[in-house]
Amino acid sequence: MNIRLHSRIRRELLTALSVAAAIVLWQVVAEFIVDNRIILPSFTDVVAAFLSPAVMNSLLIDLGTSLLHFGVGLGAALLIGIPLGVGMGWFRTLDSLADPIIEVLRPIPPLAWIPFAIIWFGLTTQAAGFVIFVGAFFPILTGAYTGLRGVPKTFVEAGKVLGCDTNLELIRHIALPAALPAIASGIRVAMGVGWMCLVAAEIFGVSRYGIGHKLWVSYSLQNMPNVVVYMLILGFLGLVIDRLFRAYTDSRLLRWRTGEVV
Amino acid sequence: MGRVIINSLSKSFAKENESITALRDINLEIRDDEFVCFVGPSGCGKTTLLRIIAGLETATAGSVTLDGEAITGPDPKRGMVFQEYSLFPWRTVTENIAFGLEMKGAPKSERSRTAREYLDLVGLAQFADHYPYELSGGMRQRVAIARALANDPDVLLMDEPFGALDAQTRNRMQKELLSIWEKTRKTIVFVTHSVDEAVYLADRIVVLSGRPGTVREVLDLPWARPRDRTSTEFADIRRYVLQLINEGEQTQ
Repeated sequence: MNIRLHSRIRRELLTALSVAAAIVLWQVVAEFIVDNRIILPSFTDVVAAFLSPAVMNSLLIDLGTSLLHFGVGLGAALLIGIPLGVGMGWFRTLDSLADPIIEVLRPIPPLAWIPFAIIWFGLTTQAAGFVIFVGAFFPILTGAYTGLRGVPKTFVEAGKVLGCDTNLELIRHIALPAALPAIASGIRVAMGVGWMCLVAAEIFGVSRYGIGHKLWVSYSLQNMPNVVVYMLILGFLGLVIDRLFRAYTDSRLLRWRTGEVV
Repeated sequence: MGRVIINSLSKSFAKENESITALRDINLEIRDDEFVCFVGPSGCGKTTLLRIIAGLETATAGSVTLDGEAITGPDPKRGMVFQEYSLFPWRTVTENIAFGLEMKGAPKSERSRTAREYLDLVGLAQFADHYPYELSGGMRQRVAIARALANDPDVLLMDEPFGALDAQTRNRMQKELLSIWEKTRKTIVFVTHSVDEAVYLADRIVVLSGRPGTVREVLDLPWARPRDRTSTEFADIRRYVLQLINEGEQTQ
């Protein structure tokens, strides 16, 4: 117990030390070596920029807008990706029908869809959502598909002899729970890709607010401390979303799955 | 009731453009309440035969009936215990045992009552809320037996259920299975590669010959239980069955 506590404190100290050292190094290099806030804003420049009205006044609405874009895109990807992946993993015919089309569309980088996103939806939330959807869709589909494919045959047979006999029942009671870890890890990858697409979509000016949008505006104004602020917010928010999702899946999955981390 | 009649059953399957006969002209009658073991050289089709009775595979020719009704697919009337861990890892022990009842649409109170009853039967009452990963191999198979029995099947099919267990656990499980069988009086069809296990458990041993699998001999063992593994008659029968299997292997 004592030793455990000791090593935990030690680790936290080291983490704090590492962050502090990086900040000091950053400050020294920016202030005394580079000495140019366009090329490298210093730590204090960034803190000041974060607290300035230019950032603070619209921070909540920027966050809200970005999360809305992200939510729309990820939501659509889940809504279409999971049923399709599950269906393709379970029904051979659907797999053969859908697979060729998916194989053609999958290698197209999500950002290549931006022109059509704007043509189809205009500069709207749906346009940004669409780009995020394209990015998030394939990892979700693949996760659900491989999860369904990997369901042990014994589970399915055990289900059948226990009276679980229609496809729908087997999917619901056997295949989905068995595939849940794979589905969750697909969603996790999708959230990372979707987050990257978010910035690109907003840079293309689909709305007047949003973290990505603000990042680009700050760049146009050569306000580089603000650019760093928005970069850090994007990184931090991505981390928080990932952690929250992981905490949620772990609490649900780890109850029956030991040692496995999605 | 649980009377299984296998009538001139054959099974062949295609493998790399040739047809392989796994089972040929099997005729067998398994009486109600009987404990029957299938033994034979590996690859003789004993597991295939069990899976056909379960409805998980279909025969190429012939038929299997349970109490006069033809078997066409899996059915809760025929419970099955698999070789390896087939428990659903996302369900607790109780939820695993109650699975069949849930599929039948039984109300929750009945489900938990029945699960409790079978949990007691296999002696795992204190593990009701554990997940399968928290149980040892022997305990998992006991839960699997309880799960199959909770559906109140007419016949219990067991596919080398103790094959993955260590020798000591295995002996204990055999003893427990016999006591469960005496309490529930189910017809049991048990596939094993261990002749010792078959002689210890069975009312009748069905010895299958090598590929294609045919019934080579059916031995009656009308002895009382528990049986003494060290007795001479036990050793004699075991030697005799092993000899049959070895001959079967050579003709393969």
